[in-house]
Amino acid sequence: MSNPLLARYAECIFWLARQVERAENLARIIEVHETYARNRSGNRDWSSIVQLNADEEAFSEKHAAANARNVIRFYLTDGDNPTSIKSAISDARENARALRPLVSTEMWVALNVFYNRLNAIEDKELASGGLSPLLSEIKEGCQRFTGITEGTFYRDQAWYFYRLGRYIERADQTTRLLDSKYYVLMRDADVASLVNTGQWLALLRAASGYHAFRLLHQSDLTPWRVAAFLLFNESFPRSVFLCVKEVDAAFTGLKSRYNLRGGNDVAEGLDQLRSILGTRSIDEVLTSGLHEFIDFIQRYLSAITDRLGAAFFGHPPVERPAWQDAELWPPFSADLQTQA
Amino acid sequence: MHKRQMGDFVLDRYDPGGFYCEMLRCPATAEIRDRLGRMAIDEFKRRAHGAEEALYRLGITFTVYSDSQAIDRILPFDAIPRVLPADEWDRIERGVIQRVTALNLLLDDLYHEQKILKDGLLPEDLILENPNWRPAMRGVKIPHKAYVNICGTDIIRDEKGVFRVLEDNARTPSGVSYVIENRHMMLRSFPDLADEIGLRSVEDYGIRLVGAMREIAPPARDDPVIVLLSPGTYNSAYFEHVFLAREMGVPLVEGRDLVVDNDRVYMRTTAGRARVDVIYRRINDDFLDPEVFRPDSMLGVKGLMRAYFAGNVALANAVGTGVADDKAVYAYMPRIIRYYLDEDAIIENVETHICREKASLAYTLDNLDRLVVKPVGEAGGYGITIGPRATRAELDECRAKLIDDPANYISQPCINLSVSPTLIDGRVEPRHVDFRPFAITGENTWVLPGGLTRVALRKGSLVVNSSQGGGSKDTWVLE
Repeated sequence: MSNPLLARYAECIFWLARQVERAENLARIIEVHETYARNRSGNRDWSSIVQLNADEEAFSEKHAAANARNVIRFYLTDGDNPTSIKSAISDARENARALRPLVSTEMWVALNVFYNRLNAIEDKELASGGLSPLLSEIKEGCQRFTGITEGTFYRDQAWYFYRLGRYIERADQTTRLLDSKYYVLMRDADVASLVNTGQWLALLRAASGYHAFRLLHQSDLTPWRVAAFLLFNESFPRSVFLCVKEVDAAFTGLKSRYNLRGGNDVAEGLDQLRSILGTRSIDEVLTSGLHEFIDFIQRYLSAITDRLGAAFFGHPPVERPAWQDAELWPPFSADLQTQA
Repeated sequence: MHKRQMGDFVLDRYDPGGFYCEMLRCPATAEIRDRLGRMAIDEFKRRAHGAEEALYRLGITFTVYSDSQAIDRILPFDAIPRVLPADEWDRIERGVIQRVTALNLLLDDLYHEQKILKDGLLPEDLILENPNWRPAMRGVKIPHKAYVNICGTDIIRDEKGVFRVLEDNARTPSGVSYVIENRHMMLRSFPDLADEIGLRSVEDYGIRLVGAMREIAPPARDDPVIVLLSPGTYNSAYFEHVFLAREMGVPLVEGRDLVVDNDRVYMRTTAGRARVDVIYRRINDDFLDPEVFRPDSMLGVKGLMRAYFAGNVALANAVGTGVADDKAVYAYMPRIIRYYLDEDAIIENVETHICREKASLAYTLDNLDRLVVKPVGEAGGYGITIGPRATRAELDECRAKLIDDPANYISQPCINLSVSPTLIDGRVEPRHVDFRPFAITGENTWVLPGGLTRVALRKGSLVVNSSQGGGSKDTWVLE
């Protein structure tokens, strides 16, 4: 028999994984904004990062203008902003502290050193010249943690919850990244203007998908191909489909290996989400609306998180599984929306 | 060839002054002194600095209650070890076992027959009106009569080199994690100092602790589930709780992870409830169970004491041990040892005046400027007045407190603790040290061959507590 896992630990490791993954993706988004998004058009629209995270209200309370300086500080070093990189890593470290009996010492040290580094960020590093190296360092800090975890974390129940958190967050972040550019993608879908080529490249680069995309499509960089790649590609490690498959695999492994009774609604939900992502064509998605589709996936991932909480983290039960008696998309979406 | 200059090597400028020096007075340290004597001070500083950085990366922390700003702080580590030769250790080991045995016999007697009270050896009110007396424990059967499963005995050495017990810590003594972490740090940074000198290992602690926990488990449980109960991440000793849970290989739980149902204790897991048989609890009695003790406690578990009284779960240490390590009861320990064991104390007490007694109060008030006055209920060096170091105003304040509530104080002569060479701002200087060995008791008592040596880093300071600017050293017990 394997060791029991405290419900609290399961929740902590799940969120720890999400927080590190989130910090990495936020660094990617800011980096791509800083480096590539200025091409041709010249003026970067920093407010899109704020919209992407649905932080308009919190941001406007602190800053008058969504300029580079304010947005960068808000998302990098502002410990009062719960969606900043600093907060994400600080929360991750608090979770790791609670998990110290469970995680490897190397994992804890990596996070602790990373946290100390973020606390020591100097103002000059946030200026244009210093920002890119800093963002690379942050990205690498997250990747170092992920790699150390891969190499040192004991493979029992907690490992599965770690994977659930990591891939749910990554899927969610990819949809946000895509959503941030979808207006542009849609508006000029037929006009392969240079400006927007730059935007698409930026999008792919943010997801580290540019090269993989090129391998697949040597020419013909169209917005819907970029969207299809980020949503449905079966091999790209940050595509929504691949992430959901990883979530599904982790969940199936968890259930079968540890004989856990709860979470049947999670299994059903994942099954359906996977099948939607595996069979939907990009044309169908564009017809019914990319933003709506993305919104649906985000709500779906959030519903799965709630149900994991009820099944394994000791949270009160979720009223009614949204997908229990619903037809496939789009009724789903309507159903989830009324719930929200 | 490089010309040797004063100050080049670790011990060159070291002068312990008039104090008893742990390093220089001990013949068994000749080899270690020789090795330190051949190590360049710059090299030593470089390695000591590396060790400190490793601690920083590890985020080894100690919360200091008196400083609300500092949640995280490193307990400073000094890299010059404190050495105990085999013969001195033998005496300490026997002395600690004797002491723990007496404490357990005392507790068993107090919570059952109370012979010692009937025989008039201890004043009844000292026990029965003690804030740490737990009437609910009367008649409760404790496996192997082992109340104090984990004991930390604070021992000092006086000007003449005589070891004396300063305090018994029979509730939830902390510090053992530093003993083992400091050793790891030393072996990583100074392997050449420790090579082949017959250093006794401290690696066994976790295994011994699990062994004792299994011995006190409810007998009906074949493969008992052991957990460590911590107040949580903000507790000053959380790092140690983590360390121990890892060394023992058991879950580290908080009160909210446990639930009592039908007088049985369970932990909440991903697979539902799982039975718990033994709890090494690192929270005080009065926070254990809001049904019985402090109703406002958020740290404990509702119903835990019901399960405990029903014999369905073991707690280590047992509830109610605080009455035995009281600073006033301490004064009676030599007599308690003689009463139960018919032996003299192997390690003597420090002479102690119990201010609740008229003559002692008068003596204390007359000699305030020469005595150390301690409140009986405080731990961690708080509220202590050191007469020879105190200002006029501090002495007056102390006098007023003594007159107002004499029963709350004891006084002891001011002892010049022994010193140990310590790296201070790049120089090696004498600093005062004490010593806390750890004893584990299940069916029998075992003492970890080592212990926590705390060092007062401030020049001249006699207070070694981490909350008062103390650091720690690795303690080397030799074979």
